[in-house]
Amino acid sequence: MNAAKAPALPAGGIIVHDMSLRDGMHPKRHQISVEQMKSIATGLDQAGVPLIEVTHGDGLGGASVNYGFPAASDEDYLRAVIPLMRQAKVSALLIPGIGTVDDLRMAADCGISTIRVATHCTEADVAEQHIVLGRKMELDTVGFLMMAHMAEPAKILEQARLMVSYGANCIYATDSAGYMLPQDVTARIGILREGLDASIELGFHGHHNLAMGIANSVAAIAAGATRIDCACGGMGAGAGNTPLEVFIAVCERMGIATGVDLFKVMDVAEDLVTPILDFPVRIDRNALTLGYAGAYSSFLLFAKRASAKYGVPARDILVEMGRRKTVGGQEDMIEDVALDLARAIAA
Amino acid sequence: MKKIRCALIGPGNIGTDLLYKLLRSEVLEPVWMVGIDPASEGLTRARDLGLRTSDQGVEGLLPFLAEDDIRIAFDSTSAYAHAANAAALQAHGVLMIDLTPAALGPYCVPPVNLGEQIGKRVGNVNMVTCGGQATIPMVAAVSRVQAVEYGEIIATVSSRSVGPGTRKNIDEFTRTTARAVEQIGRAARGKAIIIVNPAEPPLIMRDTVHCLTVDTPHQAAITESVHRMIEEVQAYVPGYRLKNGPVFEGRRVSIFLEVEGLGDFLPKYAGNLDIMTAAAARTAELFAREMQQGRWQAPARAVVEAA
Repeated sequence: MNAAKAPALPAGGIIVHDMSLRDGMHPKRHQISVEQMKSIATGLDQAGVPLIEVTHGDGLGGASVNYGFPAASDEDYLRAVIPLMRQAKVSALLIPGIGTVDDLRMAADCGISTIRVATHCTEADVAEQHIVLGRKMELDTVGFLMMAHMAEPAKILEQARLMVSYGANCIYATDSAGYMLPQDVTARIGILREGLDASIELGFHGHHNLAMGIANSVAAIAAGATRIDCACGGMGAGAGNTPLEVFIAVCERMGIATGVDLFKVMDVAEDLVTPILDFPVRIDRNALTLGYAGAYSSFLLFAKRASAKYGVPARDILVEMGRRKTVGGQEDMIEDVALDLARAIAA
Repeated sequence: MKKIRCALIGPGNIGTDLLYKLLRSEVLEPVWMVGIDPASEGLTRARDLGLRTSDQGVEGLLPFLAEDDIRIAFDSTSAYAHAANAAALQAHGVLMIDLTPAALGPYCVPPVNLGEQIGKRVGNVNMVTCGGQATIPMVAAVSRVQAVEYGEIIATVSSRSVGPGTRKNIDEFTRTTARAVEQIGRAARGKAIIIVNPAEPPLIMRDTVHCLTVDTPHQAAITESVHRMIEEVQAYVPGYRLKNGPVFEGRRVSIFLEVEGLGDFLPKYAGNLDIMTAAAARTAELFAREMQQGRWQAPARAVVEAA
């Protein structure tokens, strides 16, 4: 019962969903230009990537002091990219509490095929009005359960059922902190596959903070996921998402169809994505700390900036953010934590 | 002086917490609690505390308005129910304090604009949202020093303190709060973000306020204004605290707050709910003093119907 606008599943294969122009906005401080978006999206389209996310890193309406003001508005990006796509469809992310149904209507008017409504993994019911509207507008409507390592598999299933009851046709277990190991992914995707109707697609979104992006995605497929988030050139918050070109190569070796041309997508990574990076997105000590401490990946640059301003190690800030059980979106607490730690050092 | 008699509509957590606060008031006397469910625990609790109750909604209260001299009603039901409740009660000259997101009347954030409502013949005031009550005083503390181009607030609340009504329409929180940041906080543009955190034990409400001033911030004057405003809020919410800041960076002014509740009926971590009930009680007390002095008049009938 796929929504009409969902990309077609390749026979015996999966849908890869590129994140470089949404999650990849984090390492770029949301400063990817409209021209860069157009060139990368066109390259991905020509390489056969079926679904590409284009939004502020924190989703529709993310433009703020708290998360950063982007180089262009969500609407400008979407209106620039969508008409250029020959086969790829475009998705947008929406985090209730940050974006609203007004943003969703705007994105639908721009021509997105897919809306992904994201909540913390225990708070699915804040997504009701957005999922209901997405479904009503006949969008491919995805429920995206973030920081899925923070809840037991049974809780993830309970929350997924809520999202399905509102109208989601696909559910994601999202490893926002890059904390999960393959068995954690197997447990969560496995219980969703057993507990949800077979018509509901499942997806996995990884971060590479513990270098588990590929292994976790492979585990997700084995447990029943058919949509895998990847980012071309290893873009994405923290140490990046599952690197797209690496994952495509692994899928080819495993005989999993993706419809993506490996060499073309390698070239997009090397020729279009790498040149725009401000720094190599890799597992440095701070990104590793995110995965180790279970902190939200997009905290990385905020912790580095607070570290420079207040003279407190970024690693200490991230460990404290994990200890305080912060969830996605609590970027405002980073400066607060840094001030507390600086005071503790001075005392 | 004779206390001003009040009714509470909606015997849920908010209404019950508010009831405890009103029972301590020197100028307000809670007399009625109204609900729609005969099995409501809130109604039973109110009866045990000596209130008259009805499970027939506002209809059950109307016949007693005159004999019990009800002058003020608090509505903590829902935006949908509020319109009908307000129409029925305002027609009888009862002042409505609206804790729902309906916002039929002007927004009221006590230390910022409560004084302005007096003498305007308003019959209905709205308490914005919990995030608005916690943060708009700080936006106003900056904007009373110098022009604010943009005000942004981030309210982080414990999952346990967010009820099903808020969850079903979370956009109403962000929209209403952003609008009140502009109208009452006097930021030219407002944005509101809410984050629900499920940590156990539950975290105390945290709020961050970011303002972008038009010109370079006057640091000393803003810092002084913020500290003064903190004290003004503490007058009715003792657990309202400046955790960090104000921090200045370029034109950005950031203020980090914590709001611990009194723990009247709701747990202390639910400072977001406490600040709503405390602000509502504070607002009603000011109106009640005006009533005691014979200075408050219900709006003309036509105004009620227009609402």
